[in-house]
Amino acid sequence: MDFFLQQLINALTLGGFYALIALGYTMVYGIIQLINFAHGEFFAAGGYMGVILLAWMNSQGYMQTHPWICLTIAFVLAMAYCAILAMGVEKIAYKPLRKASKLSVLLSALGMSIFLQNGLMLTQGVYDKTYPGVFAKGAVQMGGFNITYLQIIALGITGLLLVGLNRLVYKSRLGKAMRATAQDRVMATLVGVSSDRIISLTFAIGAALAAASGILVGLYYGSVRYDMGFVPGIKAFAAAVLGGIGSITGAMLGGLIIGMTEIFSAAYISGEYKDVFAFIILIAVLYFMPTGLLGENINDTRV
Amino acid sequence: MTPASKAMLTKIVVGAVWLFAVVWPMTGITPQGFEFGKAISIVGFAMAAVLAGLGLWKLRQKLDAAGFKPFTALANRCCGMPPWLWRGLLLAALLAFPFVSSRYGQDVAINVLVYVTLGLGLNIVVGLAGLLDLGYIAFYGVGAYTYALLSIHYQLSFWLALPLCAVMAAAAGVVIGYPTLRMRGDYLAIVTLGFGEILRIILNNWMQLTGGPNGLLGIKPAAVYLPDPENGWEFVRVLLKSPEAQYFLVLAIALFTVVSVRRLADSRIGRAWEAIREDETAAAIMGVNTFALKLLAYSLGAVFGGLAGAFFSAKMRFVSPGSFTFIESAMVLAMVVLGGMGSVPGIVLGALALIALPEVFRDFENYRMLVFGAAMALMMLFRPAGLIPAKRVGRRSEEAHS
Repeated sequence: MDFFLQQLINALTLGGFYALIALGYTMVYGIIQLINFAHGEFFAAGGYMGVILLAWMNSQGYMQTHPWICLTIAFVLAMAYCAILAMGVEKIAYKPLRKASKLSVLLSALGMSIFLQNGLMLTQGVYDKTYPGVFAKGAVQMGGFNITYLQIIALGITGLLLVGLNRLVYKSRLGKAMRATAQDRVMATLVGVSSDRIISLTFAIGAALAAASGILVGLYYGSVRYDMGFVPGIKAFAAAVLGGIGSITGAMLGGLIIGMTEIFSAAYISGEYKDVFAFIILIAVLYFMPTGLLGENINDTRV
Repeated sequence: MTPASKAMLTKIVVGAVWLFAVVWPMTGITPQGFEFGKAISIVGFAMAAVLAGLGLWKLRQKLDAAGFKPFTALANRCCGMPPWLWRGLLLAALLAFPFVSSRYGQDVAINVLVYVTLGLGLNIVVGLAGLLDLGYIAFYGVGAYTYALLSIHYQLSFWLALPLCAVMAAAAGVVIGYPTLRMRGDYLAIVTLGFGEILRIILNNWMQLTGGPNGLLGIKPAAVYLPDPENGWEFVRVLLKSPEAQYFLVLAIALFTVVSVRRLADSRIGRAWEAIREDETAAAIMGVNTFALKLLAYSLGAVFGGLAGAFFSAKMRFVSPGSFTFIESAMVLAMVVLGGMGSVPGIVLGALALIALPEVFRDFENYRMLVFGAAMALMMLFRPAGLIPAKRVGRRSEEAHS
């Protein structure tokens, strides 16, 4: 039982990381029906930005005096960085193709993904980059299992971001405009929503969430790598599809399910094949219920 | 200054500022302090490239306006030749190549021909049937491992194993294709990607069968019986180990692929695939059995991947999962897209461009994938139909709907 609860905590943490990435996929897909292959790279770029900023602040000595302020600054700046990066990528590689065939945009996205990944490799090197280990390694003992401080931080920040995003999308004017654009772009434009701006902002928000996830992963596992975006990117996409693509709550739910699948299959079935289970879930969901768990009705062209 | 050029200038300046904002934090913030030189040189280089590109674009527009079209003229002249003549010349050049080229040139040529085979195989799926497959390299892997296992455990000859490799790859195509082909467009893309990854993970972990990440050693090269003039013209078994021999072997496979794909494209089946690509619903209404034909496209595409894979493992005499990663799938797809989907000469050109050009610019090896990614995106912006566009291409079905 304790082992199970321990794994459950691990699964929730991991699922939160996936959920944050999956939101970017689902929002972008919901609004322009594009699988943004470069999204995993925003996640990786966020992880790198985090390590760069924290390492700098560490060397200046700020980390020892004000660790929480430093962490907050690193999060805000890395998220802003990825938002700017994503808006530029959208403007260069996706916007001119708005009217082109879907295949063209998908290939352009694939090209951008390869470009960004190699850009990261060339500027940051091929080896792992280690996060400064300033945050306490301790854990809270709860009955028979532990919650590490890092897990508390990760769960807290993930929860905060998810609640914030929900409020943004369902309570604010901007969120209303986003939902309107996703529903019917032409109609939204007619009632005065600037759809290009909304699309750009959607990319920015998605990338910022991915960046936050990147830092959390970096803190949690201790290091980042230039190609870290690829596999989590696919799994997060699987999560988005599982929850029902286009649905925000669905992406959160899907992320948690994928995280749990991975942790529990590694714990109880086989560690080597844990990635296979995530893909099998993806394929099974697409085959048996293409709309996902919380997906709305989907028309023929989308599936 | 005209408003148009003023807008262009603003765009360039905004782009430069954005690039700096994106590049500087990655290169300039170090624990030792801030550094600007690297970021400035990258931005400067990118701006120079953009301006050069704009200049070329303007020049081309001027030349077009002046009616200067050297390539069209050249193409017209070549088309004036009878087909047997230029085909014969091309074949003669291909046959003569290993005798005039260096060892290094032969290696590059072998690589190009392997990728021509792969590109043409993928072309059946992506170019003709319009199904985006991001896990194509899995079939290459199936072919390679099939020959490796048959050769190691059963000492089966290459020529007997070759059809078995093709059959195994086709079977893999059906197994993967059957559940996935009911999906369309980008869902299919992501699921095929997932299957490709699953195969790689299995190859990596099934230690008893595949040797895991260490791969399989001790694969026999292909062999042929040739008359030996020194031994009274008696037939002796010759292992195809030298680069020349391997070149001729892969040339034969590539030529077989070129001929098959061309003939397939012009057959009833090929027309049906193109109908599915243009509009699946309309094709189904016209009586095309879309599901069976899509499955056929998938398995036939896989066959050529399997052939290339069998050659690959006979040539290397070693296989490991590292040769079958997603980036290889992306490479092959890029050849098809760059060359022109559905166009056989285009894909040959694409393979040549993506394999041979990086060899020429060896000093810039590190930038290879960077340029490759950028070229893929730029190609979609400026020439989505590829270098040599296919003759029969209409609007893709998705365009009509979305």
